Amino acid sequence: MMESLFYLASFIALVATVLALSRANATHALIYLIVSLLAVAVIFFLLGAPFAAALEVLIYAGAIMVLFIFVIMMLNLGDSGVAKERQWLSPRYWIVPGLLAAILFGEMLVALQHHSAALSGKMISPKAVALELFGPYVLAVEIASMLLLAGLVGAYHLGRRFLARTEMEEELQEELKEQEQQRAQP
Amino acid sequence: MNGLQIPLEHVLIIASFMFSFGLLGLMLRRNIIFMLMSLEVMLNAAALAFVAAGAKWAQADGQIIFLLILSVAAAEVAVGLGLVLQIQRRFKTLDMDTAKRMRG
Repeated sequence: MMESLFYLASFIALVATVLALSRANATHALIYLIVSLLAVAVIFFLLGAPFAAALEVLIYAGAIMVLFIFVIMMLNLGDSGVAKERQWLSPRYWIVPGLLAAILFGEMLVALQHHSAALSGKMISPKAVALELFGPYVLAVEIASMLLLAGLVGAYHLGRRFLARTEMEEELQEELKEQEQQRAQP
Repeated sequence: MNGLQIPLEHVLIIASFMFSFGLLGLMLRRNIIFMLMSLEVMLNAAALAFVAAGAKWAQADGQIIFLLILSVAAAEVAVGLGLVLQIQRRFKTLDMDTAKRMRG
């Protein structure tokens, strides 16, 4: 029973991954990628790792994918006409991801009902993970925090140059316009 | 020892398939956003293998490595998307083949 749930979830993960990486439109690809990450979260839950499953949904499918969506919005790739948006709401684009996500939701309900019968003999609680994490692995936590700080500084640096250069370019263009006007006057 | 009810090999096969899909996407796609997505898929497959191994021996270590992979993925995506903005600004396209000043 739980075995079939596992194989169904892994099938959905593989299919959603293939569909995500073969789309032409980045937004559609992101939707399939989110379905794939949710399927992996269900696999984690079935393997007896509920903490990892929660983090997968919160950070991978939540935070990181929202970052992707923000950047796609900033790049302004697609046409932003109203007709185009109406077309996006047609079932063609959301029926397959919706179906896959509905199957995953049903799997989660079934798995919650038969909670004791996880695939792993023993469910590893968040408490055990935390005791290990801040015991023998505390140095790894420090290294991860330094890595995240480096990522923060790097992202801020790249983004700040992005903003600063636009201001500089505007000033440059204004100067060029003034020079052209001065040339045109005499 | 509390082993898994399914063979560990099956989980590893699924993880390796996901990793290969990510690698294929990284090599075949030229859009930099899709290349970043492929990197995410590859990191996710590695995390799946770690968590499965941790469940096999009923130890918490697999989930701890998953946490570390998560932080690596977060930092990588933050810097990578900053680079996406720079490339889009400088080359007016997301095609990685235009950004080959280093003749790579």
